Amino acid sequence: MGDQATLAPQRSLLRFFTCGSVDDGKSSLIGRLLVDTKGVFDDQSVALAADSRKYGTVADGLDLALLVDGLQAEREQGITIDVAYRFFATPARNFIVADTPGHEQYTRNMATGASTAALAVILIDARKGVVTQTHRHSYIARLLGIRQVLVAVNKMDLVDYDQNVFNAIAANYQNFAMDLKIDDVKAIPVSALHGDNVCIPSANMPWYTGPTVLEHLETAPDTVPTPARGFRLPVQWVNRPNLDFRGFSGTVVGADVKVGDPVIVEPAGTASQITEIVSANGVRDVAYPGDAVTVRLADEIDVSRGDVLHHANAPMEITDQVQAHLIWMSREPMIPGRQYMIKIGSRTSAAWVSELKYVINVNTREHTAAKTLHLNEIAVCNLSLDRRIPCDAYADVPQTGAFILIDRTTNETAGAGMIDFGLRRADNLTRQSVSIDRAQRAAALGQRPSVLWFTGLSGAGKSTLANRVEEKLHAEGKRTYLLDGDNVRHGLNRDLGFTDADRVENIRRVGEVTKLMMDAGLIVLVSAISPFRSERDMARQLIDDGAFYEIFVDADLATCEARDRKGLYARARRGEIQNFTGVDSPYEPPLSPELRVDTTAIDPDEAAEQVLKLLTR
Amino acid sequence: MPLPDHLRRLESESIHIFREVAAEFERPVLMYSIGKDSSVLLHLAMKAFYPGKLPFPLLHIDTTWKFQEMIAFRDQLAADLGVDLIVHTNPDGLAQGINPIASGSAVHTDIMKTQALKQALDAHKFDCAIGGARRDEEKSRAKERVMSFRDGHHAWDPKNQRPELWNLYNCRVKPGESVRAFPLSNWTELDIWTYIQHENIPIVSLYLAKPRPVVERDGQLIMVDDDRLPLGENEVPRDEVVRFRTLGCYPLTAAVRSDAASIEDIILETAAARTSEREGRLIDSDQAGSMEKKKREGYF
Repeated sequence: MGDQATLAPQRSLLRFFTCGSVDDGKSSLIGRLLVDTKGVFDDQSVALAADSRKYGTVADGLDLALLVDGLQAEREQGITIDVAYRFFATPARNFIVADTPGHEQYTRNMATGASTAALAVILIDARKGVVTQTHRHSYIARLLGIRQVLVAVNKMDLVDYDQNVFNAIAANYQNFAMDLKIDDVKAIPVSALHGDNVCIPSANMPWYTGPTVLEHLETAPDTVPTPARGFRLPVQWVNRPNLDFRGFSGTVVGADVKVGDPVIVEPAGTASQITEIVSANGVRDVAYPGDAVTVRLADEIDVSRGDVLHHANAPMEITDQVQAHLIWMSREPMIPGRQYMIKIGSRTSAAWVSELKYVINVNTREHTAAKTLHLNEIAVCNLSLDRRIPCDAYADVPQTGAFILIDRTTNETAGAGMIDFGLRRADNLTRQSVSIDRAQRAAALGQRPSVLWFTGLSGAGKSTLANRVEEKLHAEGKRTYLLDGDNVRHGLNRDLGFTDADRVENIRRVGEVTKLMMDAGLIVLVSAISPFRSERDMARQLIDDGAFYEIFVDADLATCEARDRKGLYARARRGEIQNFTGVDSPYEPPLSPELRVDTTAIDPDEAAEQVLKLLTR
Repeated sequence: MPLPDHLRRLESESIHIFREVAAEFERPVLMYSIGKDSSVLLHLAMKAFYPGKLPFPLLHIDTTWKFQEMIAFRDQLAADLGVDLIVHTNPDGLAQGINPIASGSAVHTDIMKTQALKQALDAHKFDCAIGGARRDEEKSRAKERVMSFRDGHHAWDPKNQRPELWNLYNCRVKPGESVRAFPLSNWTELDIWTYIQHENIPIVSLYLAKPRPVVERDGQLIMVDDDRLPLGENEVPRDEVVRFRTLGCYPLTAAVRSDAASIEDIILETAAARTSEREGRLIDSDQAGSMEKKKREGYF
């Protein structure tokens, strides 16, 4: 490489990725870094000059983008299609750049580039400022765990190197990054075309006194900081050259491992101890994260590829159900319930999406409900596996929290995901047993705990009816509680909106709270629109059979709208409220409720009597 | 002297890839071309499975036009390491008398390298061929995966590559399909030399400068390795102090004038180099997008 890149004894390696669309000058920035660090050879420059004449998009001179757009199709179309990896070096450091395309249809390629990077370089066109795609790029970077972002505000030459333009963009981005929990942001004003502040401080922008792009890259941390969760070794290979040697080969993850460390082999849960760390350069006392090693254990226990060794004091999740963020990469949509192969660490098994919770709009981060997941879409879902496996949350240990899904028929890599947490956490948290149960609490109160679930459109009369029922039960000396959908949203669920996904979560929480209150022996009245059948069914399943009463408070939309006690329908019709049930969000009426009350036909007292009759049946 | 941090990371990454290949494929093979990258590749493979033996054989595609010293080095190394070495030459090409001089570099490369490689992979039913290609070598390589999928005809489809995230490699293939695995994807030429120095890895001495008989053709120095190289009327081989940055078929591989007689000299020379190593590869510059085209056809 370049002649200044002579051999410092201790050189580090920074992997970063760049994103931005063609027009932002992303490839030009990389080209500039390569040229100015002498990462481009003379014969390549000669070829570049020829290519620039043939395909170039720059009026005269070299089109640096052609250095990185390597495929014929890319050169002909003048776009970046696939991730390219480029290399350059300075005396302090080696760099590997993943150059990723920026269009929405290449989200998967960007995720690919980000997956091995410690830092993201995000290009912003100084003339346009922070735009939708900036949001998308930043979101994807953060999703893949990147927390260092270098914002290159490019084309400063086209805004007369104006400090105010730069400051406004930098401040705008800073705010938005905070929101995303990107904690390390460095904004630099550049002109990739002319080289200003890329490798050489700009004479055109004396007001900028910070580091150049290259200077910042030379000093930025070369790894993504993760919480110290302890040592893991996904076993790739059992090394058995002869009867006297049995070692387990893999790459150290999470934390150091030392000879003598107590370890557990998962998912079997067998305990042992590290007796030797072997490498071709001799035995070692300690190995560090990232080292590819072979370890030997004190005991003759069963260990095979796919198993994970971890330090005895740093437990892993052992589960067959996880919640994860999933990026879909196949033209064939993901369908919940369909089986895929999942590769996580060195283990491959079967998995399927048991619940597609919501799709995330990568531009706005809004949640929407979906039945299937399409190419380049990102979703939060529950994933079921055919067996219990050891894993971690991606935020804790990326190497044991990341996975890919492989299509069983085509073998293509169909999706990539990051585990948020293991589900059924009760399994490994061990549920605390209590000696007084629901029946005993109910007996002490002298009543039968039950749930009265009032569902219906806004304005149908749910709250009025539930109130009247509670008054009557109270008068009879019953212990009750009324959970009102609106009130719950002021506290427990104040983080939730009115998207389908949030409505689902809203009801899930209400269902869980209802269950706890019923366990306490109470008669619980729930008044909530609860528009979806599946969530009302979920609540029903949480409660024991026979104690759940679904009461459909029925009034047609026109009546509800005419009543409009809270003025909400009018606002929804004026477009001031989005996702309003009955207006622009669906209501799924119950198919077989325990009771249907038509509030347009009978008064609340009469209706309340009908409800009370349910409890005495 | 301990390995610099960046080389330690590259070494571990390569070893990880080797172990994935060995564990996931039924019949992997290591493509051994005798060059410096192959030397590093083999060294890393030995490390990955130490103290065990290599769990796959080596395959050398012999065009019969390699430098004599390369062949001697190959046979000695295979004997020293006790590895299983398969040598394959395209018998049809041999029978037709294909050679780099009369047939031209394009035909020679296609028949004696690309077709020969496909023959060997098919004959042995190898489902993964491990190669020493690096992404810094050439633009289409820069876009290639570590596990690069090939269809039943060994063809690479650059627009339809499997996404490759983290170090989670998809090694699934159907019968007849295969993968080319590149454990050195993220190494640069300088990394290779620095690693050779640190690890004391044996290399063919053609990389080191010494007086060798050469003729100059179109500005390229061609070494007269045996009497098969036809000489022009006024062409007289003369001894020049030269070395090679890459090794291939001798009539297609140009030498460079250099005094770098030790690995340390080479590192200093490489660090200051102003031309890419592939400049000496006559086959790469045949046409635009040359490498991408060859790879689509099944070349390594």
